[in-house]
Amino acid sequence: MTTGTAGRITAKMRLGDRVFSTSTIVAGSIILAVLAAVAIFLIAKSIPAITAKPGTLPNAAPNFWVYVGPLVFGTVWAAAIAMIFAVPISIGVALFISHYAPRRIAQVLGYVVDLLAAVPSVVFGLWGVLVLAPALTPFYYWLNANVQWIPLFGGVVDAQGKTVLTVAIVLAVMVLPIMTAICREIFLQAPRLHEEAALALGATRWEMIKMAVLPFARPGIVSAAMLGLGRALGETMAVAIILSPAIVISFMVVTSQNPNTIAGNIALQFAEASGVGLSSLVASGLILFVITFVVNAIARYVVGRRKAFSGAN
Amino acid sequence: MTAISAGPIVNSLTTGKLPKGSVWLILVASWVLMGLVFVFVQLAGGTKTFNIVGAIFLGTILFDILIWVLSRLVEGARKAKDRLITSLISTAFVVTLLPLVSLLYTVVSKGFVRMIEPSFFSESMRNILGSDGGIVHAIIGTLEITLSATIISVPIGLLTAVYLVEYGRGPLARTITFLVDVMTGIPSIVAGLFAFALFVLITGNPGYRTGFSGSVALAVLMIPIVVRSSEEMLKLVPNELREASFALGVPKWLTVLKVVFPTSIAGIVTGITLAIARVIGETAPLLVAAGFTASVNYDPFNHPMMTMPVFAYTQYMQQGAIQSDYVNRAWATALTLILIVMVLNIVARLVARIFAPKLGRR
Repeated sequence: MTTGTAGRITAKMRLGDRVFSTSTIVAGSIILAVLAAVAIFLIAKSIPAITAKPGTLPNAAPNFWVYVGPLVFGTVWAAAIAMIFAVPISIGVALFISHYAPRRIAQVLGYVVDLLAAVPSVVFGLWGVLVLAPALTPFYYWLNANVQWIPLFGGVVDAQGKTVLTVAIVLAVMVLPIMTAICREIFLQAPRLHEEAALALGATRWEMIKMAVLPFARPGIVSAAMLGLGRALGETMAVAIILSPAIVISFMVVTSQNPNTIAGNIALQFAEASGVGLSSLVASGLILFVITFVVNAIARYVVGRRKAFSGAN
Repeated sequence: MTAISAGPIVNSLTTGKLPKGSVWLILVASWVLMGLVFVFVQLAGGTKTFNIVGAIFLGTILFDILIWVLSRLVEGARKAKDRLITSLISTAFVVTLLPLVSLLYTVVSKGFVRMIEPSFFSESMRNILGSDGGIVHAIIGTLEITLSATIISVPIGLLTAVYLVEYGRGPLARTITFLVDVMTGIPSIVAGLFAFALFVLITGNPGYRTGFSGSVALAVLMIPIVVRSSEEMLKLVPNELREASFALGVPKWLTVLKVVFPTSIAGIVTGITLAIARVIGETAPLLVAAGFTASVNYDPFNHPMMTMPVFAYTQYMQQGAIQSDYVNRAWATALTLILIVMVLNIVARLVARIFAPKLGRR
């Protein structure tokens, strides 16, 4: 409040204040600049590939979209199979930690699952190709011999197990920790009174979870799945090391003719690529960026819609 | 019916229920059963060694089915469903642990012997053809690249967090929050491509791959993590502390530096350490932006630089004449990497615990 003619009292603007607040704004703006730069440089580097004449692109593709098509398919296909494994298991593990395990050991179990997140992706790749793939190969032969009538398991089995199914399992293990962590947080926030009311009315534990926890947590589960999907789409090393790639669009999951993913293709081809080949790799990276951006945006939208009326986030 | 003389007394509270402890008995029984099945498979020559993972996995599945059937017979449909879900959820947890245990066991058992050989930490791969050679060049590269990525990203990330918490209002703050979210989702290989494209366009050298380029790629991945964690920590500082400081006439920048930072420093350091642990294992961006080499390179601005994750990758992917030499080096590097990441995680938790602000009255 001011009186008389003195006018508003303004705080004295000190040099330190000005320098400090300006530097924080500059730091924030650098983030804007970096993202703009990511977009600009990727686009600048990928224009030669998108406008390339027939015959200059790798894999004898007539234009860029034909080149990138199988890669986009492979990326989405591998990530989708990974999600089929990861979503139910991560919900189960999260429920186990939040509602089933004894309170005292629940936190320790949470740390154990987080340990999975601390393993570098290249180690997952090595483990996948040298341990998991040989272990799964007999199972693949069995699937191929006995349930071949399901088209997924047709074709000729890859003797080393370097198939898209192995990749998907490794991807599922890699995205489990983040999905479990998010689901766990959401499950713990479910209204305690609703749970106790359900139990008091004679519901079993599963009925209580079905009625009180899952409806509350549904948006959280969706966004956790989307974030996991974003991770799985962009994962490079596991795919590059494990997969035996080919330029195909194929739904068969146990053969050696697997569609490669965008990220895996970049890692495998980058060292030798030059000219148009190089810029087509960068352009495919740009498309990967767009795909993951859309997936993450959906995840954030789902969470954001809920923010107004819940304590989540 | 003559009440007292006939038969044991029936406890009405436990009728129609499976006896206590029967669940564990059934679980162990199904494990043993499946173990026996796999022993027979092994004796018949189906598998070379005893498949313990398969036995535990299939035994647990068998348990899930058994418990449902038994509970359905004794306890009714609702209780049976509850037991089935409980066992399935526990199965999910066991299934998650299997890869972790298998991975850690494999890495330690295959990597340890090679890791403790003296050559491993004292040699580079220059002119190495045999089974010796080491990761000195990769360690130097990882240290330099991660350190410079930290030097780039910590000031930017920390100051941005200060802006968002202490100053940010209006559209700029909202845009930055949104873009930090976007940055969190950037696939790591795209960050590598960005750094590569950036330096190629700046220098005009189409094969430009250096350590600095790699650290820019890592910084792109690290900045959003630092912003997020520091923002959370700064928000935890009670507003009363800031208000008390302002009331004493302390300018805002000094309040942030002398009151807010010291209160939240433990959390911030923890966040930064975890961010380092997260990017130190990144392979894809370094493969693209920093390249690989067999020699020691101290200069981050010239020539490719080897890093540990990329070393593990190239050892596996570009195997020479004697494959086991290369795979052994890859496993040893993997073990070293896991150890480093774990030490960083432990340090982070210790920092959080030891330097946390003292709460409450004495």
